[in-house]
Amino acid sequence: MSAEVGQFALILALLLALVQSLAPLVGAWRGDRVLMALGRQAALLQVGFVTLAFGCLAYAFMTCDFSVTLVANHANTAQPAAYRFAATWGSHEGSMLLWVLILALYGAGVAFFGGTLRETLQARVIGVQGLIAVCFLGFLVFTSNPFLRLDPAPIEGRELNPLLQDPGLVMHPPLLYLGYVGFSIAFCFAVAALMEGRVDAAWARWVRPWVLAAWVPLTLGITLGSAWAYYELGWGGWWFWDPVENASLMPWLLGTALLHSALVLERRGALVSWTILLAILTFSLSLVGTFLVRSGILTSVHAFAVDPERGVYILGIIILTTGLALGLYGWRASALRPGAVFTPISREGGIILNNLFLSVLCAVVFWGTFQPVFIELANGDKISVGPPYYTLNFMPFAAALMLLVVAGPMLNWKRDEAKRVFQRLRIPAALAALVLAAAAVTGGVKGLVTAGGLALATWLLAGSIAILARRWWAGRAYLARSILTTPRAIVGLTLAHAGLGLLTLGITGVTAWETDKVLNMQPGQTVAFAGRELTLTTVETTRGPNWEARTARFAVKGPGPDFQFRSERRFFPSAQSQTTEAGIRVGLSGNLYVSVGEESAQGIVVRLWHHPLIIWVWIGGVVMALGGAVSLSDRRLRIGSTAKAAPTRPQPYAAPAE
Amino acid sequence: MKRLLFLAPAVAFVAVLVVFFAGLGRDPSRLPTVYQDKPLPAFTAPPLRPGDVGLSAADLQTGGPVLLNVFASWCGPCRVEHPVFMRLRAQGVIIHGLNWKDQPGQGLRWLAENGDPYVRVGDDPTGRIGIELGVAGVPETFVIDKQGRVRYRHVGAVTPEVWSGKIEPLMAKLRSES
Repeated sequence: MSAEVGQFALILALLLALVQSLAPLVGAWRGDRVLMALGRQAALLQVGFVTLAFGCLAYAFMTCDFSVTLVANHANTAQPAAYRFAATWGSHEGSMLLWVLILALYGAGVAFFGGTLRETLQARVIGVQGLIAVCFLGFLVFTSNPFLRLDPAPIEGRELNPLLQDPGLVMHPPLLYLGYVGFSIAFCFAVAALMEGRVDAAWARWVRPWVLAAWVPLTLGITLGSAWAYYELGWGGWWFWDPVENASLMPWLLGTALLHSALVLERRGALVSWTILLAILTFSLSLVGTFLVRSGILTSVHAFAVDPERGVYILGIIILTTGLALGLYGWRASALRPGAVFTPISREGGIILNNLFLSVLCAVVFWGTFQPVFIELANGDKISVGPPYYTLNFMPFAAALMLLVVAGPMLNWKRDEAKRVFQRLRIPAALAALVLAAAAVTGGVKGLVTAGGLALATWLLAGSIAILARRWWAGRAYLARSILTTPRAIVGLTLAHAGLGLLTLGITGVTAWETDKVLNMQPGQTVAFAGRELTLTTVETTRGPNWEARTARFAVKGPGPDFQFRSERRFFPSAQSQTTEAGIRVGLSGNLYVSVGEESAQGIVVRLWHHPLIIWVWIGGVVMALGGAVSLSDRRLRIGSTAKAAPTRPQPYAAPAE
Repeated sequence: MKRLLFLAPAVAFVAVLVVFFAGLGRDPSRLPTVYQDKPLPAFTAPPLRPGDVGLSAADLQTGGPVLLNVFASWCGPCRVEHPVFMRLRAQGVIIHGLNWKDQPGQGLRWLAENGDPYVRVGDDPTGRIGIELGVAGVPETFVIDKQGRVRYRHVGAVTPEVWSGKIEPLMAKLRSES
């Protein structure tokens, strides 16, 4: 029964999305307030129906209703309930439903919180949002119906891919989708602005929190995905430059650029058409990410639901949304008011460089990801691009960008002097130079890159703290007050940039000092590794709810307290596959990582890794996201366009103008 | 002039689209081989396992359909397909291996860690033999018939679906051929 309710709810949501897209666009064009209000109501109602559909599917999964094809293919009565729930979005159809749900939630958000927006702008944003919803709901209903029945219903279902049965999966896709789909709001604002033919500070003040609201979960989602790959895949790596990983990195890079350029637009009214273009491209890359995972255009370890027909449909959506938006951009953007003037050495200049570097980084990743497709088309050769390409092309630009990250916030808006900027940066620069010299002396020429990485991390950390320190030092007469009145946006900025420093520290540490060892061990045998004594105590067979495993337990002695940990190979009978659960001892200075392999007469194969400082990669990611969240809670953003106008320019269009 | 500049993104988008559309038709795991229905050229790969005999083209003409799997320790999809080969070995399928472009010792470590499903396994650290065979990347798997001719070449991981959908039926057919 629930499947039919869900099906009808989806169809009704599709119809409502049609209303949501047409009514407000026509209403804004004709100045009809009733039609515009209808659009808002449709958006709010639509979220109700999509939620109902999602609930129905989740219910079918929780109750193991194997008469629904999707449930029969991805759930199993032996599976723990939490993973059956997570399996709701573990398949192609289910994940698209989650995508649509988040899209509807964001759309309703604009309808609900957008009361202070200019009415026509709000109506157009909701209308464009409705168009995207129509595309994706149509995609679901017509090509990937999650509620298809199966007759006769099997007694037992197949199982979700065991690799995905993990707490990481429960949160990873929702976070990523919150990010991907969140950028749709910036896209809608951009298209609406092009339709209206004007962009003002109020527009930017509205867009920025939505971009932040997408950027924070995307950052968390990527971080979580990387951590999941580290502990679940058992390969001991944290980033593989896999096409699907790149698919999430590209919108992140451009989204970060958008975050900064929108700041310039908000504060100074400059970079107007560039910000619009970034907003369009960021969401387009989110769509390309979806396309990539599902079309089969590239092979990837975790591409799922590969189906060229679906690829064609998603490509159609990309043509419709991005194509129309870029066409509109080409037609209308030149008519937009040009930006305010500024000198090259200024905060605006710094952010332009930031945008330039981020765009280049994004282009490097894009080229690396799609090069196989381009090359094959050009001369029929099949090639693949691996980590060496990215080390060579990504890292230098990334390092240059990080040098800039510290300088940017030290620059004044509009104009500044190079000499003064250097003076403000002298303490972080001195610290970084000190670290560089010390690390180069101890590490020699070979360790020069490592020394550079450490210096860069120091530069980022010290430079970020310097932003707060300078502010508080200036107000030291009333220290408590100046600390308490620090705008959250500045605390957020400090956190986000410091997070980047921690990330650099982690990457440098694990790249430079990683060690590993592979050997056969018998129970009772002891091995010395990374300054510790490791003893294999037992190897035994253990059982879980839907798997059985060979579990190896280790006792470790060494500097610090003694501890025990285990690694196991799990076999999932109903999915006919196995996974490796690595044993990881997490530490701030480094992780000890063990994963076991085949057993033979010589014992069990044990692979040991020592990953120095690797935990800082993820701490850095979380701190960056935290910075974004703190910034999002800033009063200026919460209040939206009713907050005090930026001091530099009056607000040109405060009231509804049409 | 300035207007044209604003149209540039749209133009670039159309170009990318053309490529995507063309790319949709392609199946990245399908690569025709120049040796289709022909024997592989003569090659001799030194042994990967110390004290072993290595792998040569003659090993592939042993009177039964065999698989030749090209793998490397640094290759992600190889890890995905490896358990499948381990299962096939247990079922008695003959699989030969060629360790492609690996650092010394890494291939052996890989086998120690994940199990060794190969009857013969050769080492190709420079990728030279890979060029002879027309290997574009790893993993690749050749299905070779009783006369030593290549009957199918699979690019990408041999997942359980690939095995039961493509390779297993082909192997059964080759077995029944005289």
